[in-house]
Amino acid sequence: MIFMVRRTLFAVAAVMVAFLLICGCTGTTTDQTPVEKQQLRIATTTSLDDTKLLAHLTPIFEEKYNAEVLIVSAGTGKALEYGQRGDVDVMMVHDRAREDTFIADGYGINRRVFAYNYFVLVGPESDPAGVANMAPEAAFTAIREKGTAGDANVIFVSRGDASGTHSKEQSLWKAAGFNYTTEVKGSGDWYQEAGTGMGATLEMANEKEAYTLSDIGTFLAYKGDLDLVPIVDEGDSLLNVYCAMQINPAKYPDINSTVAKDWINFLISDEIQQEIASFGVDKYGQPLFYAAQDDWEKIGVTEAEVKDPIA
Amino acid sequence: MYEIIEGFLEAARLIVTLDPDVIAISVRSIIISLTATVLASLVAVPLGAAIYFGTFPGRKSLINLIQTLYSLPTVVVGLLIFLLISRVGPFGFMRLLFTPTAMVIAQTILVLPIMTGLTISALSGVDPVIRDTLRSLGATRLQFLANIMREAKFALLATVAIGFGRAISEVGAAILVGGNIMASSFASSTRVLTTAISLETSMGNISESIALGIILLAIALAVNLVITTIQHR
Repeated sequence: MIFMVRRTLFAVAAVMVAFLLICGCTGTTTDQTPVEKQQLRIATTTSLDDTKLLAHLTPIFEEKYNAEVLIVSAGTGKALEYGQRGDVDVMMVHDRAREDTFIADGYGINRRVFAYNYFVLVGPESDPAGVANMAPEAAFTAIREKGTAGDANVIFVSRGDASGTHSKEQSLWKAAGFNYTTEVKGSGDWYQEAGTGMGATLEMANEKEAYTLSDIGTFLAYKGDLDLVPIVDEGDSLLNVYCAMQINPAKYPDINSTVAKDWINFLISDEIQQEIASFGVDKYGQPLFYAAQDDWEKIGVTEAEVKDPIA
Repeated sequence: MYEIIEGFLEAARLIVTLDPDVIAISVRSIIISLTATVLASLVAVPLGAAIYFGTFPGRKSLINLIQTLYSLPTVVVGLLIFLLISRVGPFGFMRLLFTPTAMVIAQTILVLPIMTGLTISALSGVDPVIRDTLRSLGATRLQFLANIMREAKFALLATVAIGFGRAISEVGAAILVGGNIMASSFASSTRVLTTAISLETSMGNISESIALGIILLAIALAVNLVITTIQHR
């Protein structure tokens, strides 16, 4: 039997070696550089990944800095958690209030704002709650009213995952005068929490013919597959600002802070700001994101936050 | 219905044309799960044998515990490993989170109970007459073990196959400790068949999901064919 086990193990080992050789041929043909590549771990909000903006930017960075970028896509809440635990080098998130706390707690440093766009309330073309072109807060109020009254056609799908979009949604409910925990969440079948990323939530809202709050970028990137249309897309409260920040090396000394700085400076460089502003225009007829560089006043951040490279 | 047919056609195209992403994901899945299965076998088979042949207090309870752990939820294993290898965790200094190694560790732990338990069952299935005969012929301890194991070889092979099947089909732990990363180099990526299916479906890329699903099924089929062939030799 020992012979048998040996033979089986040998066969298994042989198969593994064969596969390793195969991937040696298929996967690593681009790694010809003898120098050890630096790895940059990024936790990002799902919208930057789902829109393929990061897939567009990372090869440029990898080429320029001889680095390898590893992207973990998660909602802002989860991304902050990864950052707090020191599991990533950089975070790309969009929730100002929680970013401020994160920085105040000493976990994050060197925040730079690199892009912005707007949130949009999307829903079925029939607009069962009749809220098209209302102010965001008024639209939310009307949807809740119809929903709690038992109109089965009115459904709101929430991200429900502590993401930046979920935060924005909660602040809109608050601005509309409702207590999120007691008057919105759990107030009836009309309000459903998806507990997943933006793309998946849009797919779900599409299946249920429901309303949902989305960043415009992800919505445009998914629009081709969806029957949902923008219902409310104007209002200052819909502003969506993306930032990148480094995890504080004072908290985690062996963190890769050099390449993290390079990445953030790369994002706010003139060249990449132009890349961000033009990304998707050819495919969707309009930009998915706006460059933050020249609009710092409009989006309410300091000039230093959009322009000053990290030393 | 149209979506499903179209999905299958596109899936066939992705497989036939050896789409590099699909191939890389498939190969990575096989390597990770195979490594985990081999590692788990190295522990589970001797451990199972030790428990089966051993006489110690609490042996029955231990077997019960192992059988309970057959249904160890994959996300719980994922969570446990995440907490252990995250930077602030006890093994954080090794920087294993979001690496293929972390996925191997999680899958190894995931399949250990079922492989240990099935090893015990495999050995229990050996005809008692053979044991008595071996003893009466004066077999040494090693000869005795070797012969019993040889008698149980088919069941042991099935154990390995089941372990591999559970490893390659799980998604919960893979996504928690792997992070579903698609990096530019093969070795740093952690996107495997199951996590890719989950992602592609959520992104509405149904055909990619179907293609990956077909490959996952084909791998399961291939493993079973290999096992059957060995058994009939």
